[in-house]
Amino acid sequence: MKLKLGDHSNALQYHSRVMREQFGIRTTGEQYVIALAGNPNVGKSTVFNALTGLHQHTGNWPGKTVDNAQGNYSYRNKSFLLVDLPGTYSLLAHSVEEEIARDFICFGQPDATIVVLDATSLERNLNLALQVMEISSKVIICVNLIDEARKKKLSINFDELEKELGVPIVPTAARNREGLADLQKAVYSMVVEKKKTWPKQIPYSEEVEQAISALLPKVEELSLARVVNPKWLALRLLDSDVSFIETISRYSAIQPLRTVASQRQGGEFTL
Amino acid sequence: MSTLNPPDPLLKIYSDTESVRSSSGIPIADRVVTDIFAYTEKLTQRVVIREEGLQSSWKDNIDKFVISRVFGYPLMLLLLGAVFWLTIAGANVPSAMIASVLFAFQDVLTHWFQLVQAPAWLHGVLVLGMYRTLAWVTAVMLPPMAIFFPLFTLLEDLGYLPRVVFNLDNMFKKANACGKQCLTMCMGFGCNAAGVVSARIIDSPRERLIAILTNNFVPCNGRFPTLIAIASIFMASTLFLSQSLLAAGMITLIVLLGIGFTFVVSWALSKTILKGEPSSVVLELPPYRLPKVGAVFYRSLIDRTIFVLRRALVVAAPAGALTWILANVYIGDVSVIASIAGVLDPIAKAIGLDGFILMAFILGLPANEIVVPVLLMSYLATGQLTEFDSLFELKKILLANGWTWLTAFNTMLFALLHWPCATTLLSMYKETGSKKWTFMGFMIPTVIAFSVCFIVAQVVYFLGLV
Repeated sequence: MKLKLGDHSNALQYHSRVMREQFGIRTTGEQYVIALAGNPNVGKSTVFNALTGLHQHTGNWPGKTVDNAQGNYSYRNKSFLLVDLPGTYSLLAHSVEEEIARDFICFGQPDATIVVLDATSLERNLNLALQVMEISSKVIICVNLIDEARKKKLSINFDELEKELGVPIVPTAARNREGLADLQKAVYSMVVEKKKTWPKQIPYSEEVEQAISALLPKVEELSLARVVNPKWLALRLLDSDVSFIETISRYSAIQPLRTVASQRQGGEFTL
Repeated sequence: MSTLNPPDPLLKIYSDTESVRSSSGIPIADRVVTDIFAYTEKLTQRVVIREEGLQSSWKDNIDKFVISRVFGYPLMLLLLGAVFWLTIAGANVPSAMIASVLFAFQDVLTHWFQLVQAPAWLHGVLVLGMYRTLAWVTAVMLPPMAIFFPLFTLLEDLGYLPRVVFNLDNMFKKANACGKQCLTMCMGFGCNAAGVVSARIIDSPRERLIAILTNNFVPCNGRFPTLIAIASIFMASTLFLSQSLLAAGMITLIVLLGIGFTFVVSWALSKTILKGEPSSVVLELPPYRLPKVGAVFYRSLIDRTIFVLRRALVVAAPAGALTWILANVYIGDVSVIASIAGVLDPIAKAIGLDGFILMAFILGLPANEIVVPVLLMSYLATGQLTEFDSLFELKKILLANGWTWLTAFNTMLFALLHWPCATTLLSMYKETGSKKWTFMGFMIPTVIAFSVCFIVAQVVYFLGLV
């Protein structure tokens, strides 16, 4: 958490309150929050179950009829809370599931997000990973079902993939618990040891890039741009419908940055 | 655009960029997705090495045709036409057989009634009204359904339907509607009420309303038998190949017309009272599977055929009795049914139908399945022809009542386009929670049905084609 404003512990408290109220997530003070994203049918739940075992808690996302599963595990004496996001193909379209996943990654500010991919159809699955990487730099890619890929005689050059994407890549076969220890280690070094990543940004076509750079200066002025990747924000301003923008501004009103919400003057925020 | 919170800087930037979003050409949202996939494709080619695997290759190749720009639509048409042709060509003989068995039993029933010296009106209501209607519904509807539904389920089980959605997505985009509407449309082929309820999968309220209001333009289970019956009776009274092909082509055309109206009305709605941009759909094409034949037959015969037939019979029995009573109660020297039909006749004639047909459609509001039975009942009860031993007699009945090819064609058109059944209207009300939109859901098809039939009839009359 990189908060430049206010007392650190204060902001931390604020953050855990936001987590509780907006996402129904209760953390004990020293717990790291890890989001688990992925397409449907990639074995995301298998990864979740394999990591958390019986330490699970299920419910609904606040105000939604979508299941929310949380579970915790310890690794090297640190406690991690794993939040299973709904399975989605993308974060761009407008289903409730995608909204939940997007809002959580974007505004829940988890300490890391694991994106689970299906090794047998990487091309389709990478779409989600790239979109998550656009929002957050704290991304770990878990390429699951490598056993199936082996059966289908596919071999994946993980080193090349890692070099290209700039985030940790962990091949797993969660069904056989293969690679899970590596996944835990990757999470540990990201959130505890603060290992840096250089997430690859999607190279857009010229027109799109131009539209982004035209908008970027205005977006960077927003206080929100300190929490959310301004390029991502600019893109969403360009391609989303108004309801999503309203969601963003609703969340931006409860961001920890806004500890000075009372200083609203004539509707303008002063920060 | 509603800016609930005008001073919010984010919303301000958003409304400032309106021009970029609404600029012509491909929407930015689509370009963003295209760019992402262009990148992932390149990346995947670099990092994934596919060792020569022979198993999956033919399945991949099939999709090159099934969802290709060139072959996608013709293949869809061909499959649709083939399904209809098999249905029509195959249904004739069993229909005639069922008809002869059931009508033979009617004579037995009549004999029993005579034995116990039952009053004539009781025999009329129960045998000539109820039983005969039930017999007709079964004979006309059961064989086509027993062929059509398994074929349709087979395509579904093969994994073809998601490909249809894929092919049609672009069309829905052009109509400014959601590609998911194709799924609700396919659902509508089963039952429009189910189609309306399934519109819940569409998240944008605007697109959901469009899907709900246009669902009626695909013929449901209840109307397919009407279409198939009329087409096969009228176009294929003999088993000549060319005629059954013609009938199949006819139905394909009618279905395409319905889909065409779905697009046109969706487009018109999204340009007028339901303005907005379409949202995109992510669709996973499932692998092709060999259908489980047992499951297909069970699902299509028990779940669909028997279900639809049962529903038809339940509604048709009282409707048959009612029609018989109406046809045999006289005010002055005109039966009630004839006087109602007489009132409707001028309007009906103007749109190429007759008073009885229009009345049958009105009485069919509770369930579209009973339109043909009620129609036949009212013809039979008033008319002479009560002796028949095969399905081909049906054509004689219709011809004797002044049907021409225009009557048949416009009846099919009207069946396709007219108001939704009561169940569908009720679902619309439940889903939208609005009397206004339910009323629209009733009015849009009704107005379209009357106008289209009117134009067709007037053009044909004017050109002196009948």
